[in-house]
Amino acid sequence: MEYFLQQLINGITLGSIYGLIAIGYTMVYGIIGMINFAHGEVFMIGAFIALTSFLALAALGITFLPLVLLIILAVAMIFTALWGWTIERVAYRPLRGSFRLAPLITAIGMSIFLQNFVQITQGARVKPLPPQIQGGITLMDSPSGIVVQLSWMQLIIIVMTVVLMTAFSLIIGKTSLGRQQRACEQDRKMASLLGVNVDRTISLTFVMGAGLAAVAGTMYLLYYGVIDFYIGFIAGVKAFTAAVLGGIGSLPGAMLGGLAIGLIETFWSGYFSVEYKDVAAFSILAIVLIFLPSGLLGRPEVEKV
Amino acid sequence: MSAVAQTSNAAPEASSRELMLSVRGVETFYGKIQALRGVDIDVYAGEIVTLIGANGAGKSTLMMTICGNPQARSGEILYRGDDITRLPTHDIMSRSIAQSPEGRRIFPRMTVMENLQMGALLEDPKHFDADLNKVFELFPRLKERRNQRGGTLSGGEQQMLAIGRALMSRPKLLLLDEPSLGLAPIIVKQIFSAISELNRSEGLTVFLVEQNAFHALRLAHRGYVMVNGRITMSGTGRELLSREEVRSAYLEGGAH
Ligand SMILES: Nc1ncnc2c1ncn2[C@@H]1O[C@H](COP(=O)(O)OP(=O)(O)OP(=O)(O)O)[C@@H](O)[C@H]1O
Ligand SMILES: [Mg+2]
Repeated sequence: MEYFLQQLINGITLGSIYGLIAIGYTMVYGIIGMINFAHGEVFMIGAFIALTSFLALAALGITFLPLVLLIILAVAMIFTALWGWTIERVAYRPLRGSFRLAPLITAIGMSIFLQNFVQITQGARVKPLPPQIQGGITLMDSPSGIVVQLSWMQLIIIVMTVVLMTAFSLIIGKTSLGRQQRACEQDRKMASLLGVNVDRTISLTFVMGAGLAAVAGTMYLLYYGVIDFYIGFIAGVKAFTAAVLGGIGSLPGAMLGGLAIGLIETFWSGYFSVEYKDVAAFSILAIVLIFLPSGLLGRPEVEKV
Repeated sequence: MSAVAQTSNAAPEASSRELMLSVRGVETFYGKIQALRGVDIDVYAGEIVTLIGANGAGKSTLMMTICGNPQARSGEILYRGDDITRLPTHDIMSRSIAQSPEGRRIFPRMTVMENLQMGALLEDPKHFDADLNKVFELFPRLKERRNQRGGTLSGGEQQMLAIGRALMSRPKLLLLDEPSLGLAPIIVKQIFSAISELNRSEGLTVFLVEQNAFHALRLAHRGYVMVNGRITMSGTGRELLSREEVRSAYLEGGAH
């Protein structure tokens, strides 16, 4: 029981990180119908920006932890968002309206480019960050010796994710910007006839997705304490799987899918074997897609318009 | 019907009014296919002008070309004296032009209310409540359905929503592409009298594409006939209605 609870906490934490990344996949897919394969790298860049700004702050002698965290998070979000904006601007926008596979191929190219770019500029070796936030709350201390602990870091990740996802759902659901994004998603031509600047709205979607990926990257860095140029590929594939599992294009689906993948992976490693955790996640995806081709919360393709 | 007939009688003096929309020598292509072949059309402030023509003549293409999607390959489009031919669509629409396009294009996964909010995007939010009430007065049906998703409305309700949405931006020039398509005669009547009412009470300028040539020509002050991407005839609604070519091509059996 204690062991189960501990795995549950770990799984939710991991799932939060996947969920934050998955939103970027699902929103971009929703609005331009394209899988942005470079999104995992955007997450990785977010982690590197967070690390760089952390080292810069340390060099400046700023060590007050809450302030440091706030600054690196803000810096990571701003600069990663800029990356997201730039990627769309240079690589995807010029291809809008060309054949369907073109942006997909470009996205794969962009993903490889960004990996190599970071590998060259930052080096191929893993970058460590000493643990910054230690300790936590002991939830259960059983006589058998198994301790159930919710670390502060886990708590921060989970709370942050809940707050961001709530804010995000409100933006998409209730604000004029969110309505414009949904309008572009449903009928771009009509949206422009109502005065929506479609290009700007698409750019903003990339910016928002990248901002969330930056939060995920920063949390990843603080939680695991090591990053390298390759983390974007693995986390990206997982988050993409999460988005598909939840129903690509669906915002709550991305959150649910992220959580599901995080839990599956953690429980599989906890109860069976660490080696096959990815296989487990993908197998479950395959099984779900057989019965629910559009994912858990996706809408069926056939639609009366 | 009486309201409709009245406006035909009271055609405004076109020459003394501001030229609101002027389409000059416009040619539009879809790839290699030419859809418009040198179209000239003038719409003066306060007028209702209709464009009739057979399927595939290029009517909807003209409506969309005015809004910059697709853009004209040659020729020019002036709106209140400004050249808007090469402007992006959202810029054109921000000049108080609104279109209720062919096929209605309601956002299917947005509620009626959200569709109307989208229509009001370019308008000062302080007008929203008043404009909303006006649309609900015009189409009480929409008020009943305001929390229903657009995609689940009936065809007629969608058409009302499309027109209501266009009105939410307080347009000076309203482009309507086949507002009567697929509607019951009583609803058509209602929509046409709403158009003529808006025209009379608020001076709304309307450019209307219609299959229903008989109704359209009676409603409009002036009309144009389009054949294969060219304007072949123009005149007041009455003149066109009395022309034998128009009657035989667009009205046979249509004068119901
Ligand atoms: N997106 C498009 N791509 C290629 N050709 C098009 C496109 N849209 C319209 N056309 C062609 O352009 C011509 C004019 O079409 P348009 O829709 O403007 O006609 P219309 O007068 O509105 O017809 P209807 O009364 O049936 O609505 C047609 O021959 C049509 O096939
Ligand atoms: Mg048409």
